[in-house]
Amino acid sequence: MSSVPARVVVLGGGVGGTLVANLLDKELGREGRVTVIDPTGMHHYQPGYLYVALGQANGRWLVRDERTLLRRSVDLVVEKAIRIHPHAGTVQLERGGSLEWDHLVIATGARLVHDQVPGLVEGSHGFYSLEDAQRLREALRRFRGGRILVGIAGIPYKCPPAPVEFVFMVEEYLRRRGIRDRSEVTLLSPLNRAFTIESASKVVQPIMEQRGIGLTTFFNVEEVDPGAGTVSSLEGEKAEYDLLVLVPPHRGQQVVMDSGLGDAAGWLPTDRHTLQVEGQDRIFAMGDATNLPISKSGSTAHFEAPVVASRIASLIRGTAPKTNYGGKVMCFLETGNRAATILRFDYEHPPAPPQPNLLWHSAKWMFNRLYWETVPQGRMPENVPLPIPTGRSEA
Amino acid sequence: MTTANVTRSIDARGMPCPGPLMSLIGAIRENEIGAVIEVLSSDEGSRTDIPAWISKAGHELVEVVEEGDFARFVVRKAR
Repeated sequence: MSSVPARVVVLGGGVGGTLVANLLDKELGREGRVTVIDPTGMHHYQPGYLYVALGQANGRWLVRDERTLLRRSVDLVVEKAIRIHPHAGTVQLERGGSLEWDHLVIATGARLVHDQVPGLVEGSHGFYSLEDAQRLREALRRFRGGRILVGIAGIPYKCPPAPVEFVFMVEEYLRRRGIRDRSEVTLLSPLNRAFTIESASKVVQPIMEQRGIGLTTFFNVEEVDPGAGTVSSLEGEKAEYDLLVLVPPHRGQQVVMDSGLGDAAGWLPTDRHTLQVEGQDRIFAMGDATNLPISKSGSTAHFEAPVVASRIASLIRGTAPKTNYGGKVMCFLETGNRAATILRFDYEHPPAPPQPNLLWHSAKWMFNRLYWETVPQGRMPENVPLPIPTGRSEA
Repeated sequence: MTTANVTRSIDARGMPCPGPLMSLIGAIRENEIGAVIEVLSSDEGSRTDIPAWISKAGHELVEVVEEGDFARFVVRKAR
């Protein structure tokens, strides 16, 4: 064991970055020195934006100071990283400083690029940032009936169930407000089904039909015309709206692109099992920042973090790595009317979601409430006991 | 042989659904009318999803070649 502590730098203080920093600090003790670099120093619980948009939660519940979530012995630098130098083993910071590392974790998440779609900023609403969700909440309060279209302006995007959850929840919201009969709700899906995962589509589509929620398939949003109140697709269709809610296109972070580490869209080419950035033995990537063909979600980062922490600890100690990431993801999907289903899957096993029920809706709310005290600290058990058999499907 | 004129080739083998289709959609966005785009996919769903999307979007499916454990879709951007 070396007497000089190994320097581990974690870029990004989201779910993945915070958890991996805490796990590594705990595991390494005096063998390592862990530093998190985050541009804002504020940690957002992003799944909560949906509830803000629908007036079910306020923004204060969703944001905490990153410092309060990290172990005391983890250093936090609140500054923007502008360049990674893999060979020198340094990260350059915006105000001119630089940090040296022996091992680097890139957990920088995804960037929303609203301006990639003409008219999107002026003509649509969204719930993928706190500001957008708060603006949408006000627009919904003013809404007196009409056509609500919900679309996706690019794949991949974070939290794939969110647009489907939104159509169910907004339909319920309109009923509660007594304006459902004066309104239409339609999901514009880029695929030929409601959801990226086929088994989940088979569960949600019949419920959408029962609730009178429309589905337009193969509608890849190309342009919004705010003056005319229309949105057009790459496939050549045009749809009229009174309220348009779009998931903006996503890209990898600028620091990844500027450092020459990402692909054309800024995602990091990442080994699907070891989570090392391809060709970079000392650099790991996790969460939304990777190019892995799995959900961009906090859940993915949550399950990746123990693998990254364990592998870095092994590298520092010169021992054989003990774990691989198997692609594990677990997401809830709200279907309105106090019901939700759950999607659990990995690289080898597609999800077999059960029929939505109160149990999973309650479980999601419980998770929302427990998040701050469990997930960032590594206190949420990886295998939550399940009250129904796994693999059961009504699809 | 069509593949000689391919403008852009995408190797989406091993990518689960809807990855191959979304890669094709991305390439259609990025290329000019008349471009020929080839997608290699080992995902079963692509065999129905890709032709269905091409038909809806008004492009031309030049050919589908079965290559054993994957299929090669050749598409011309028509508009």
